[in-house]
Amino acid sequence: MSHFESPLREPLITGNKTYRQITDDIVHPTEGTPGLVWLISVGLAGLVALFGVFCLTWTICYGIGTWGVNSTVGWAWDITNFVWWIGIGHAGTLISAILLLFRQRWRTGVNRAAEAMTIFAVVCAGLFVLLHTGRPWDVFFIFPYPNTRGPLWTNFNSPLLWDVFAVTTYLTISLLFWYTGLLPDFATIRDRSKPGTFRWNFYNIMSFGWIGTAKHWERFESLVLILAGIATPLVLSVHTIVSFDFATSVIPGWHTTIMPPYFVAGAIFSGFAMVLTLMIVARKIMGLQDYITIAHIESMNKILLLTGTMVGTAYLTELFVAWYSGSMIEQYAFANRAFGPYWWAYLSMMSCNLIFPQFFWIKKLRRNIAFTFFASIIVNIGMWFERFVIIAISLHRDYLPSSWTSYAPTWVEVGIYVGTGGIFLTLFLLFSRYFPVVAIAEVKSILKTSGNQYRKEQMEEVKDQPAYHDADARLIYKID
Amino acid sequence: MSTKKYLVGLFDDDHTLLHAIENAVEQNMEMSDVYTPFPVHGIEDKMKMRRTKLHTAGFIFGLTGTITAFSLMAFANAVNYPINFGGKPVFALPAWIPIMFEFTVLFSGVGMVLTFYYLNNLYPGKKPEIIDPRLTDDMFAITFDMTKDSSNKSNLSEFLKKEGAVEVFEKEF
Repeated sequence: MSHFESPLREPLITGNKTYRQITDDIVHPTEGTPGLVWLISVGLAGLVALFGVFCLTWTICYGIGTWGVNSTVGWAWDITNFVWWIGIGHAGTLISAILLLFRQRWRTGVNRAAEAMTIFAVVCAGLFVLLHTGRPWDVFFIFPYPNTRGPLWTNFNSPLLWDVFAVTTYLTISLLFWYTGLLPDFATIRDRSKPGTFRWNFYNIMSFGWIGTAKHWERFESLVLILAGIATPLVLSVHTIVSFDFATSVIPGWHTTIMPPYFVAGAIFSGFAMVLTLMIVARKIMGLQDYITIAHIESMNKILLLTGTMVGTAYLTELFVAWYSGSMIEQYAFANRAFGPYWWAYLSMMSCNLIFPQFFWIKKLRRNIAFTFFASIIVNIGMWFERFVIIAISLHRDYLPSSWTSYAPTWVEVGIYVGTGGIFLTLFLLFSRYFPVVAIAEVKSILKTSGNQYRKEQMEEVKDQPAYHDADARLIYKID
Repeated sequence: MSTKKYLVGLFDDDHTLLHAIENAVEQNMEMSDVYTPFPVHGIEDKMKMRRTKLHTAGFIFGLTGTITAFSLMAFANAVNYPINFGGKPVFALPAWIPIMFEFTVLFSGVGMVLTFYYLNNLYPGKKPEIIDPRLTDDMFAITFDMTKDSSNKSNLSEFLKKEGAVEVFEKEF
């Protein structure tokens, strides 16, 4: 047993599950013919994705002149959406890496889906980076390689280049982390199907021939722990570097040292919101309520509350520092955010991100599924507006009033954004159909400590033992 | 191909399995392998397994990454093409730290995962020797190698049954 856990803690697996039932429940959605709901959802998401691809092609054919960007507002929806997607892509690795290091058992219920979501979100984010260059066919120029143009190397002092390395590294490591965790579960699916069938062969290839010997598991645990150890600073570095894109520039509203922690908190905030949005629907449709329990949702809501409050504090700190700096231009940038032509975006950001999560101080609301779902959508919207406020609003009125302008997206930009939503959903739906959505092996490994029937046994064991209160006045029972 | 023969004891509980492993090691029985559907903590200690050195590999890969990134940037920006970016020094070590870090993580992660696959001999398309399909579901197994010497078979199956194995059978590959 890895560590002691108080029997008073809420069980993380309910329904008196056995190992066999865990396998059945999680593998079941991947078996049989797909349901009508799934087919219709994939069809719709696929159509939206196709429209996105159409707008993307349109951009490539006619250039970014088809967008609403201009020489004053050079970054708008493209980078807003890039940062939004990258932010969403932060929850998965946070859940599986940081929560693993912190020994948070509730991560096992949601880590698989969150990691998948991370990868899909980073793919969507990558599309925007690719497109915003204007000449996506020349995009290999951003990688340093010996060439005949000089040799002309990339500028390693530029945060934009750091971003290239940060995002690609993040995608690679997340993918490896996710896939290695999937091997044993693919083997489980393989062993449930008939040898020799297409299904058996497919999942055997996917599982790399995993059979689960003790030595394999020992290496597996070691690998996962160290990957978690290196992925933790990585996940923090990615959004830090994304924020450097802004913080190291000299645009009023961007040039602030608060950016890195503020962006990282915002990324975790939006990532968890998206995990909640997807998982609340998925647990219902796929019948996973015993693995993604109210306790899981409450834990994630607590993180929403924490990170939302951090982000809110950053908003207020920014305002204070702008005033305190005594710099007229800095002060104007923030006054313009709140009272300028885009006041509605600023108001949405403030109310969605700063005010709304405060409802989660109330336990009843943290444990209310309908409210949580609603709140997670609100946070997703709010975090989109945050990026729009930072990027487009800061740019549209900068130092030279003669170049002040406004910005509105064209149908192409909106189409690409909506399209990435479709791509994201299509990938997620395919994932939920063919992959085990919950980490089977990991859930089994916590069954005897966190399953409800075992909790009951633990309570029986400690019932007659002397209890004591620790510093936080929590009731602690000594067992073993 | 010579056939491999194993004596398999199937267990339905991880605690019984741990206990059986402990006794097998105590009685100097040479287990061929242990199979579990999920990582059971304590097996590696009970089996007196040599601890994996995967983390050392990870460290070396990481260091390779750091050095690669540093030398690439130093060569490109300070030696091969020392361009003046706004009067900043060409040898700009602080500005290189982010990429050095990313390379460290990238090399360490990719290297470790590949080493993991290599050591475990896992690759797409591998034909696995599946002792029993329930071993990735809810069963645990201890196997003894019977290929060369099957003289103590009855002893071993007796032992497995005594330790609480729900099924004892032979498996050939």
